[in-house]
Amino acid sequence: MAYSEKVMEHFMHPRNVGRLEDADGVGKVGNPVCGDIMTIYIKVKDDIIVDIKFKTFGCGAAIATSSMVTELVKGKTIEEALKITNKTVAEALDGLPPIKMHCSLLAEDGIKSAIEDYKKKQGGVKNKGKL
Amino acid sequence: MGRFIYLDHNATTSADLRVVEAVMPYFNKEYGNPSSIYKFAQEAREAVEVARGKVAKILNAKPEEIVFTSGGTEADNFAIKGIAYTNKERGNHIITSKIEHHAVLNTCKWLEKQGFKVTYIGVDKYGIVNLDELKRAITDKTILITIMHANNETGTIEPIREISKIAKEKGIYFHTDAVQTVGKIPVDVNELGVDLLSLSGHKFYGPKGVGALFIRKRTKIDSLLHGGHHEKNRRAGTENVPIIVGLGKACEIAMEEKEKEENRLKALRDRLQKEITKKIDDVIINGHPEKRLAGTLNICVKYVEGESMLLNLDYEGIAASSGSACTSGSLEPSHVLLALGIPPEVAHGSLRFSLGRDNTEEDIGHVIEVLPPIVKKLRAMSPFGRGREGGLRWHTQKR
Repeated sequence: MAYSEKVMEHFMHPRNVGRLEDADGVGKVGNPVCGDIMTIYIKVKDDIIVDIKFKTFGCGAAIATSSMVTELVKGKTIEEALKITNKTVAEALDGLPPIKMHCSLLAEDGIKSAIEDYKKKQGGVKNKGKL
Repeated sequence: MGRFIYLDHNATTSADLRVVEAVMPYFNKEYGNPSSIYKFAQEAREAVEVARGKVAKILNAKPEEIVFTSGGTEADNFAIKGIAYTNKERGNHIITSKIEHHAVLNTCKWLEKQGFKVTYIGVDKYGIVNLDELKRAITDKTILITIMHANNETGTIEPIREISKIAKEKGIYFHTDAVQTVGKIPVDVNELGVDLLSLSGHKFYGPKGVGALFIRKRTKIDSLLHGGHHEKNRRAGTENVPIIVGLGKACEIAMEEKEKEENRLKALRDRLQKEITKKIDDVIINGHPEKRLAGTLNICVKYVEGESMLLNLDYEGIAASSGSACTSGSLEPSHVLLALGIPPEVAHGSLRFSLGRDNTEEDIGHVIEVLPPIVKKLRAMSPFGRGREGGLRWHTQKR
């Protein structure tokens, strides 16, 4: 199996590793039984993802795609972040081996799940305000 | 990259230089077809027969009981399909184990599609085949038992003698895949009591693409490859003379050197195991503590995934392997580790170091130096951890 240089670079030096204590949204995706799981934390201000961190258990591709997706969405609006697909992530890494494409789905699902959690929390806050 | 440390000898080995030298003349000097009758070709015939004698000797078999094949996979296919088809009027049931190499497992699965019935016997936590389960599985339709001599992932050595006694009592043929043991530990077909045994050259410093099947005299077996009258009608195709000579040479060398090498490897492996478990928390040793190949160390490092450890080791110039799904090309982790009862999420974090002739104390020292920081780095990245606050709990994640 051959990973691109970019995959290896992100894998060896992943960006935005860690967790955010005061995250506005947290996404947990994957399944350890299948060998990869990702937790992604976002901080949102004025509809913009101002900070993002991740923790991933998984193979080289899972870690590299986690790192890449955090780079891609940081500083983007929620709407822009939702447009990111697994293909975007894979392409930004100069491609992934075919059997590793499912790892890029993890990254897409991860960011979507974090945004969903953020929206749910926002909705909760709004409803509370109305009451 | 300066240093290169090869710790994947259960996957393959480099051919011994003495093997390479022995092989060379048979490519372009003694290139005759062993089946031809003129004198020139008889040199090649003689070389094949000398090699057969050497393979027979390492197994304590008779030369006429050795058939050359293209490797371990062909030998396994030949043994299992050959016995199944020749003896199908006697019965259609085969017994094997859950931890066999895919060369055996997938051959059995294919036979199931052809109408044969196969029972896959479980193993204990060390990977030793459950003999009671095996005895219970035998029916009057059972024609073959096939259990490996030692497992390629864990190195656990199976009780072949006991199994052959059970098989003999019931008049059932018994095959063992000895690809991981020949050339490493004593393999005596008479002492083991097996009817068929597969071996492969490149696992013990011989060439790739050559192996052999031992077939005990008077065993009823069909051929796998049909064609000319080669190998006494048992395996058609012009003999691959150079690499057959290489296999013979590898057997000859192993006969002399394996015992000393086994002791040396055991000391290195034990040191590696001791130091890893001392320096890294939450590591499980897979395989039997004693009944295990001297050069094999299989571990599970909890909370991290195997491929990501392998890539980091590769970066440090260390070649090892893993039973993680990500290295097998499937979504399932190693069937062997799962059969040992290891949870899938832990099996994904497996690492196999298999030591061999080129490894030194310094190599082991280097692994011990670089592995702990790699694990530390990956664990810091992992959402799992023992009692780590905010971390996901281990073992409880379900789909």
